[in-house]
Amino acid sequence: MNRFDYVRPATVAEAVAAAAQPGSAYLAAGTNLLDLMKGGVMRPARLVDLARVPGLDAIEALPDGGVRIGARVRNSDLAYDPGFARRFPAVAEALLSGASAQLRNAATVGGNLLQRTRCAYFYDPASACNKREAGAGCDAREGENRLHAVLGWSEQCIATHPSDFCVPLVALGAVVEIEGQAGRREVPLEEFHRLPGTTPERESVLAPGELIVAVRLPGEAAGFAGHARYVKLRERTSYAFAVVSATAGLRLEDGAIAEARLALGGVAAKPWRVPEAEAVLRGARPGAEAFRRAAEAALAEARPSGDNAFKIELARRILVRALTLAAAGTPERLPALPASPHAPHPGVSLHG
Amino acid sequence: MAELASSAAHVRHGSSIGQPLTRRDGQLKVTGGARYAADNHPPGMLHAALAVSSVARGRVTGLDLEAARAHPGVVAVMTPENRPALAQDPNDKSGPFVFRMELLQDDTVRYVGQPVAVVIAETLEAATEGAALLAPRYAAEPVSTGLEDGEAFVPPAVGVGAPAEVRHGDVEAGLAAAARRVEAVYETPAQYHNAMEPHAVVAAWEGDRLSIDTPSQGLVMAVGRVAGLFGIPPENVEIRSPFLGGGFGSKGAISGPQVLGILAAKLVGRPVKLVLKRDQMYGPVGHRAPTRQTLRLGVDGEGALTALHHHVRTASSRYDDFFEPSGSVSHTLYASPAIATTSDAVRLDSGTPIFMRAPGEASGSIALEGAIDEMAAACGMDPLEFRLRNYAEVEPTSGKPFSSKALRECYAQGAERFGWSGRPLAPRQMRDEDGLLVGWGVGTATFPALMMHGQARAVLRRDGSGLVETGAHDMGQGAWTAFAQIAADSLALPIDQLEFRAGHSGLPDAGIAGGSAHTATAGMAIHGAGADVIARLAELAMTDQRSPLFGAGNAGVVAREGRLVRRDDESRGESYAEILARAGLDEIEGRGTGAMDQAAQEHYAMHAHGAVFAEVKVDPELGQIRATRLVGAFAAGRIINPRLVRSQYYGGMIWGVSFALHEAAVVDRRTGRVMNANLGEYHVPVNADVPSLEAILVDEVDPHVNALGIKGVGEIGITGSAGAVANAVWHATGVRVRRFPIAIEELLGQP
Repeated sequence: MNRFDYVRPATVAEAVAAAAQPGSAYLAAGTNLLDLMKGGVMRPARLVDLARVPGLDAIEALPDGGVRIGARVRNSDLAYDPGFARRFPAVAEALLSGASAQLRNAATVGGNLLQRTRCAYFYDPASACNKREAGAGCDAREGENRLHAVLGWSEQCIATHPSDFCVPLVALGAVVEIEGQAGRREVPLEEFHRLPGTTPERESVLAPGELIVAVRLPGEAAGFAGHARYVKLRERTSYAFAVVSATAGLRLEDGAIAEARLALGGVAAKPWRVPEAEAVLRGARPGAEAFRRAAEAALAEARPSGDNAFKIELARRILVRALTLAAAGTPERLPALPASPHAPHPGVSLHG
Repeated sequence: MAELASSAAHVRHGSSIGQPLTRRDGQLKVTGGARYAADNHPPGMLHAALAVSSVARGRVTGLDLEAARAHPGVVAVMTPENRPALAQDPNDKSGPFVFRMELLQDDTVRYVGQPVAVVIAETLEAATEGAALLAPRYAAEPVSTGLEDGEAFVPPAVGVGAPAEVRHGDVEAGLAAAARRVEAVYETPAQYHNAMEPHAVVAAWEGDRLSIDTPSQGLVMAVGRVAGLFGIPPENVEIRSPFLGGGFGSKGAISGPQVLGILAAKLVGRPVKLVLKRDQMYGPVGHRAPTRQTLRLGVDGEGALTALHHHVRTASSRYDDFFEPSGSVSHTLYASPAIATTSDAVRLDSGTPIFMRAPGEASGSIALEGAIDEMAAACGMDPLEFRLRNYAEVEPTSGKPFSSKALRECYAQGAERFGWSGRPLAPRQMRDEDGLLVGWGVGTATFPALMMHGQARAVLRRDGSGLVETGAHDMGQGAWTAFAQIAADSLALPIDQLEFRAGHSGLPDAGIAGGSAHTATAGMAIHGAGADVIARLAELAMTDQRSPLFGAGNAGVVAREGRLVRRDDESRGESYAEILARAGLDEIEGRGTGAMDQAAQEHYAMHAHGAVFAEVKVDPELGQIRATRLVGAFAAGRIINPRLVRSQYYGGMIWGVSFALHEAAVVDRRTGRVMNANLGEYHVPVNADVPSLEAILVDEVDPHVNALGIKGVGEIGITGSAGAVANAVWHATGVRVRRFPIAIEELLGQP
C-alpha cells in the first residue's frame, strides 16, 4: 500500500533527523520526485518536505568573489539574479535552457543535482532497470537507446544525467555542501555523482539521510565570465532534454588561453568535466584547430552504448561550438533562445 | 448554450457568413467556464481507474484482487469475472467501422496498455492506488512490432472502404519509356493523437436509462454503439458533449475505456467517472499506423510524368482492420498517363490504428511530395515549376473534371508572399547572417471535399428570434461559431437574434465531425432547415390577404434581417413576428438535411487544395533544424469564418512541422511498448519551433460541392506542409532524409 509519512521540519537539523529513517526522501519542488511516485518508480516511506526549512533559499556573495546558493533557490530566481548572471553567465544560460518556464519557476538547485535520469526504462516499472531495482538487469542496453551514454557507462547501466545546470557548475569547480547526522561536509560537484559501474542504483556520494544545503562556486570561477557559454542540442527548440550539451569557459591572456574549463552534458551518468581537453588548450591560441584537438581529447574514451555512435561526433562538434562562442566573448544579454544553436550570434563567424 | 457570448464588437453587414467572428465559446474557455466531460460531478459519483497491460500479447494469469479490494476507499474491482453482461460481443464486427474493443470479455491481452481491470473507488487516489495494487501477472507470447515482422498481405480495402490497388494506365511501360526515373523509400512512424483532453466519461444509470458526459466526434453513432452493447433502446441513451479538447479522429467512435466507465457505473449502481491518464492514451484509443512507402516515378525529357507508382506498406493490429490509405494523394495531385497505388500490410501486436487528422493524406503526402521534389531536382527544375508542369487539369485516375481547383492561384499567391522566386536551384546555397544553412521547400496540399449525412431543425419564434439545433461537435475548431453564422443567415437574422444548440445526442443527428466534412454536412442541414422555415413563413404570408406580401406569387419574397420582403419591391414586407402573430402561431419549424449530391459526385472530382512554402534553418555542424517560416495558401471553397479557418490552417501547418521534424512513438521492438508515452518525450512543436506562420485564404467558388460551396478545412493543413518542411531541409543541407521525423544524426555526415 503506497502510504508514506509526510513531515515538515522547521530546521535543517530536524530535517536531517527526520530523514534518518530508512526509505526517506527529501521533497523540494517535487518536479521530478512526484512524477516518479505517481508512476510507481519511487515509493519512499517518508517525505521530508523542505518548504519550511529556513536558510536554504539565499543567494549569498562570498568574500572571495564566489557565491553560495541555497539548495532551495528556484532555477528562475538564480538565473535572473543580476549579480549571479553577470559573474556566472554560462550557469544562467544553462538554467534557462532547461525544462519550461513553469518548471524553472518551481525546480530547485538541490533538486536539480539529484534529478533522476530520463532513461525510459527507468521510468517504466515493467522494464528491467538496475538503477530502479539493483540486479534486475538493463532493458536499455539492447533497447531504444539512441540518446543514452557514450562515456562512463557500464554493462549494468547506460543512463545519462539530464541536468543542464550541473554542466557549467562542474566545469567551474562547484562544491556541494552537505549536512548529515554526522555533521557538515563538502564534496566537489565533480565527485558528487557516481558512475554506474556495478552499482547504478547509487547515483551520488550522499549517504542515506544526507541533505544538500547549498552549492558554492569559488571566486575564481567568476574569472571566466567574459568568455563563458553553454550550448545545448535538442530535438525541438525548447522544452526538451539535451541530446548533448557543452559548456566552455576561457580565461584569455595576451590572446592565448591561460585557462579553460570544459564539460559535457547528456553523455554520461554525471556532468562530464574534461580536464584532458582543458589541458590541451592551456597556452593555445583560440581557434578551430586547437578547439578540435581539445574535442578529440575530450571524447577519446567515448564508445557507443547502443544506437548512439553519432553522439560522440556530435559531442566533439558541440564542444568546438561552445569554445568558439566562448572565445568570441559572452554576449551582453542572454539570447532569447538560451543555449540554442538557433540563437543569433552577432559578430561571431561560426560556419566559415 | 445560453452562456455562449455573442460578440458585440462584430457589426453585421448583411451576412454572418464570411465574418471573422471570434469564437463564441472563447470567453468560457479562457475563464474555465466551459464544462468538459471530466468537469462533471453528479451526486454520489465514484472514480474509476484502469489497470492496463504491460505486455503486448498473451493472457492475464493473475491479479492481486485482495490487495486492491482491501485498499481503503475501493468499492469494487471489475474484471472478466464480474463485469456486467453485454448484449453484444465486443469482438463482433458488424461493419468495417465498428471496431473491436477490449471490454474485459476474457483474459486475452492484445497490446500494451490494454485495460485488464477497472478499480472503482470513493476517490481518484484510492482508485489509482487500487489499480496499481492489482499487479497483473501474464503468460506472455512473442510479439510482432515492426513493418518487417510477419507475412505481408493485401488488405481487402484501405481507409474508408477504398480499394487497396488502383491502376490507371500502364506504369511499367511508363517507367520503361521514361527519360529519368526516381525510386525512393519513405518511412513514417506510428503517431498518437495526444489531444489536450484525454478520453473521459462520466456515466450514470437510472434503471435502463443511461446518461453520459463524454467527448464525441460522432454523437449519434456513439449512442447507437452504446445502446447496442448494453441492449437498450437508443432513446434511452443521452450523451452530452458540448466541448472536446481536441479529437483528431480518436474520439470518432466511442472507445473501449469510455464503455468501461459505463460498465463500471452499472456494476456499482452509482455514477462513475473514468479519465484516461496520458500514458493510457497510447493503446486503446487508436493511433496513426507506421508506413513504409515506395515511390517510383518516371518523366519524359520535358519533365512531364510518364508514370507514378506509390506502394504503401502499413500495419494493422492482430485482431482488427484499419489500413492507413497513404496512396490516395497520388490519385489526385499530379497528372500522369500511368498511375498505380498498391498496398500491403502486416499485423502487429498493437492497438488498432485509426483515423488521425488527414488519415492517409498526411503520411502519403510527405512521401509523395518528397519523391516529386527528388524528381524535380533530378530534372534540374525548380520544384514549383515541376509541379506546375505536372498540374492535373482533371483528376488523373478518374478522368473527372474538378468541381473547382484554384491550386494555380494557391501556388502563385503563396510563392509571391513567401518570396520563392529568389530560390537557388541547387541545395546548400543559402546561409543566414549567423551562418546557419537556409533551405526553402514547397509542398502541395490536398484533401477530398467530403460530406457525411446530417440533419438540423430550425424554429422561428413569435418574438422574431430564431432557434437552430443540430447535434454538432465542437472539437476546438469553432463549430459553435461557424454553425451559428450559417444558422443566422439561413433565417436571415442577426446572429444575436439566433439561439444555436449543439453538442447533445438528443438533437438532430449532425453526422460525424470527421473527414473535414462537418461544416459542409451540418452546415447544409442548417441551411436547409432555415430555408424550410422561411418557405413556410412565406407561404403563410403570401396566402394571407391581410399581408403586404399577399400575391407576391411569381415575383416571390426574400428574407432580410427578420423580415420577409417582396423580391421585386423590398419596401413592401413585414416582420417575421407580424406574420406569426397574425397566423396565431407561437413558432414555425423547419427541417433540413445535409448530404453529398450523388449526381454531382459522379461528374466531378471534389478536393480542396493548397500550396505550402517552408523555410528551415539548419546548423551545419550540429544538425539541429528549426522551421523558421511557413506560408500556406489554401483554396477550400467558401469560407464561413476566416478567423477560425486560418486557425485550422495554422494548426494543420504546425502539425506538418511536427510530422517532418518531431513526432514519433518510440516503440521498443522487443516488447511493443511505447517508451515515450508522455508529452515530455513524445515531441510535438512548442511555440519556439514555429516562429512565423501565415495562411492565405485563396478565393474559390465551387458551384458543385454543395449549395453553400463549402469544402472543409480541418485536415488539409498537414498535407503539403510536412513535405514542404522536409524538402526545405534537403534544400538547406543537400541531404535527402526519407525517414521521419528527420533525426539530427541524419544530417551530421557533411560538416
